Amino acid sequence: MCLAIPALIKFIEDKEAEAEIGGITRRISLWLTPEAKVGDYVLVHTGYAINILDEEEAEETLRLLQEIAELAEE
Amino acid sequence: MKFITEFRRSELAEGLISQIHRKSKTQARFMEFCGGHTVTIFRYGIRQVLPKTIEMVSGPGCPICVTANADLDKAIALAQIPDVIIATFGDMVKVPGSYSSLQEVKADGADVRMVYSTMDALNLAEENPAKSVVFLGIGFETTAPTIAASILQAEEEGVRNYYVLSMHKLCPPVIRAILDSGEVKLHGLICPGHVSTIIGSHPWEFIARDYGIPCVVSGFEPIDILQCVDMLVAQIENGESKVEIAYRRGVQPEGNQQALKLMEQVFEPCPAQWRGIGEVPDSGLKLKKEYQHFDAELAFDFDPGPPYEPMGCICGDILRGVKTPLDCSLFGKACTPEYPVGPCMVSSEGSCSAYYLYGESFEG
Repeated sequence: MCLAIPALIKFIEDKEAEAEIGGITRRISLWLTPEAKVGDYVLVHTGYAINILDEEEAEETLRLLQEIAELAEE
Repeated sequence: MKFITEFRRSELAEGLISQIHRKSKTQARFMEFCGGHTVTIFRYGIRQVLPKTIEMVSGPGCPICVTANADLDKAIALAQIPDVIIATFGDMVKVPGSYSSLQEVKADGADVRMVYSTMDALNLAEENPAKSVVFLGIGFETTAPTIAASILQAEEEGVRNYYVLSMHKLCPPVIRAILDSGEVKLHGLICPGHVSTIIGSHPWEFIARDYGIPCVVSGFEPIDILQCVDMLVAQIENGESKVEIAYRRGVQPEGNQQALKLMEQVFEPCPAQWRGIGEVPDSGLKLKKEYQHFDAELAFDFDPGPPYEPMGCICGDILRGVKTPLDCSLFGKACTPEYPVGPCMVSSEGSCSAYYLYGESFEG
């Protein structure tokens, strides 16, 4: 039930936004993430953005996992 | 970066699996608290790729599954009041209460609507000014702030026919209750990702500190779970117990301060009844005095009658991690997704539903 999926913010109007989720545009609420900007990826749970996804952290995690994968091949 | 496919790459999974096999020497039992994690683990066959040293058990992290019959009965009784529209997330409709279900009373004429969000429920209230819309407030810390936001929005916009039946549950207190019961011995906890998005990682620290159990907050893709297991194994083999975040792209240690602020503005902790676990202090949320005019329990006069549990159903034991669905004599026979007896078979995140959908070879 705590499912939340990444969505890309396309347009903001007051406390709501249009966001693209897997190719579909949906209206979402920004009540919980007032600092979100157009171009941010947010986690959407039951129509509300609950967090702005951190791209740098995601890349850092993937880099670490890539290192583990290369180590396993040796 | 799409934040999904990158975390499903098979070469990353292979690297992690091989590292886990290399590192894991000590026999250990890990609990995934969250029903969303249970689904990922079963869908991607994660139990089967882990070494024999690691045993996985599912926890009570499915809000629909842990909703006590006494609370379900209140929702069903409210649905039968004339001019009341019940707005609810989908899975709740099929869950059997003591005597009936929302689906059954809907068939008899009750107005029960499935919504995707509290925003839809608020719209329903605005479109039906002569009716009362009662939103069934179920969910953990992930969902509670969205319901708090809907109440604040209703207050701001002067919507007077919107009510909430607050059945919210809080996760850290119930984990404490499970650990204190001593029924299930755990060596690691996979902490819920999106609950932690809201509350942060600090509220889990008592588990590492007081119970000596390693904790890692995980995301919901298969790579996330494997990374989390790898980090738990590393803590165990190093003799450590601390709280770490594997899901760093979605969780900050301090959580979402704005969401926490709204939640604290509208709700305060109260004791709550958990199916199979009983009453847990400070594990529920009730509306604060200033917002009690939104409380469906106070606004309507209704009597749901005494709660009753179905014979033979062991959902309670399954939610505590003491038994698995395979121990239940009803599983797959009297209880199926089409004709569920207990809530763990109804909810798509329930353990029984996951066992039923993903076959019987996942005992690992």
